[in-house]
Amino acid sequence: MTYSIYPLGDQALTIELESELHVAQWQKLHQLTQTLENLKPDWLIEYIPAMPTLTIVYNPLIVQKQYGAKRSPYEIVCEEINILFKQTPPHTMKKVKQIDIPVCYGGQLGPDLLDVAQYTKLTPKEVIQFHSERTYTVYMIGCAPGFPYLGELNQKLHIPRRTSPRLFVPAGSVGIGGEQTGVYPLDSPGDWQIIGQTPLTLFLKNAEPPSLLKSGDQIRFVPISEAEYATLRNKEG
Amino acid sequence: MFTIIRSGMLTTIQDLGRHGYQQYGVSVSGAMDTFAHRIANLLVGNDEQQATLEMTLIGPAILFEEDTFISICGADLSPTIDNEPLPLWRPIFVRKGSKLSFGFCKNGCRSYLAIAGGIHVAKVMGSRSTFLKARIGGIQGRAVQSGDQLSSYSPSPYITKLIERFTCMTMKNYLPLKWHIAYECIPHFNKKRIVFIMKGKHFSQFTRDSQEQLFTKPFTISMNSDRMSYRLKGTPLSLAAPKEYLSEPVTFGSIQVPTNGRPILLMADHQTTDNYPRIGEVASVDLPLIAQLKPGDVLSFQEISVQQAQRLLLEREAMIGALKQGIKLALKRAGN
Repeated sequence: MTYSIYPLGDQALTIELESELHVAQWQKLHQLTQTLENLKPDWLIEYIPAMPTLTIVYNPLIVQKQYGAKRSPYEIVCEEINILFKQTPPHTMKKVKQIDIPVCYGGQLGPDLLDVAQYTKLTPKEVIQFHSERTYTVYMIGCAPGFPYLGELNQKLHIPRRTSPRLFVPAGSVGIGGEQTGVYPLDSPGDWQIIGQTPLTLFLKNAEPPSLLKSGDQIRFVPISEAEYATLRNKEG
Repeated sequence: MFTIIRSGMLTTIQDLGRHGYQQYGVSVSGAMDTFAHRIANLLVGNDEQQATLEMTLIGPAILFEEDTFISICGADLSPTIDNEPLPLWRPIFVRKGSKLSFGFCKNGCRSYLAIAGGIHVAKVMGSRSTFLKARIGGIQGRAVQSGDQLSSYSPSPYITKLIERFTCMTMKNYLPLKWHIAYECIPHFNKKRIVFIMKGKHFSQFTRDSQEQLFTKPFTISMNSDRMSYRLKGTPLSLAAPKEYLSEPVTFGSIQVPTNGRPILLMADHQTTDNYPRIGEVASVDLPLIAQLKPGDVLSFQEISVQQAQRLLLEREAMIGALKQGIKLALKRAGN
């Protein structure tokens, strides 16, 4: 498999796959995170999986202590990564985690559902169907705490972002922005079209891990009624 | 115990950051000027990763309710006790009932106040740093406010001894030790305010002109600058051909260029990922200098290789290691 490594400043590097949307290769990249997790090299500070990249943050001081000062820490970590890649077995992919995200579509919880239906020339029911019928891969968590970048949204649902952003979008809001769909993990301003809300909490600062989702997971949106939303919401506290 | 009488412009609790959670979208945060933060801690016998107060441009006023040692490192925000100016970069004994006030900013932008033992707040995801945007860490994720009462952890045994000794030895409300960090050890800008940067991933995709301008033209820090990022004003930079990029991780010091051509320099509270092209990354050794810039300040960039940047970083770390040993010896001697 072909990949390239380039520096991200002097304390991190990014491994990038050459073919960006080849899922099998992407899974191999994710397996490398598992290898790193098991080995826990002293120089590793953290890693950030994305699509189609994996970024490794390392401590140059520890690299130098362990490997000497003949070569730069960057060169040493690159070599270590190349070795680990060769050692990472090709077919031990752990089971992909599947997560259902219950969503109450429309009404007060999804104030833009009717606008989306109008723009896309679909009925609200069809919008809900097209949004909830497919499985989405979580490419990465980024931008904001717990925010998932999800795999392709049905083209029929592509719709421009709102021209005037809302100053307050409550946590759990499910929206569409351009070609993307996602869930707001925290109360924040936002310009996505809000079509529903999940009672699940995507980001909990005192939980370990703090994010409900992680890169590589697969999710489905499951439509629920307002009554079910209320019940689940109470359970989540 | 100490009480905040006046909060200052933006005073937050920071340590060396929240590591290991970027994969969940959580920013690293931490002190903007890690050099000043680390030295401030060392000067009062703390570990480098203890929490300090990061004070921005206009500092706070603080009432101390027990005898302790403090140190103030970084920007000179005119600190005083009893209207007498306090020196920076050295340990200072402070008596219970003393009021520490900050005045106008003489130079720099951010100053760090370390208190013997380190500031006592709960860790969230392994760090005490305040991340304002997500309201995590510090005091309920917010900046320090007037009326806040804070306490510190127990100081190191040799500092406790030192505090007892000074309590008896002097009648003054404060007393600095006679030694300080040498000027040569503190990172300073040269006259031209040159910052070392490494070429970023997308450097070669910018026009020839933009590539040249990056290293020849000055840039000014705009008003729109905070702990997340600095917006830079200068000759706009542009890609040779417009292109959309996928989001990927960025770092403290990344220089990204949005479509308007005005570079954005990412700082401690930067978002974990972004999709703007990156023209460069600031060398880690120069980040403390950048942290001390304020709106209106001008800087220029000079190219450096990753290998050179790492060599400078390792030299800096070796110097901090030596300072650490020297400070510890000097503090122990002062207590005997």
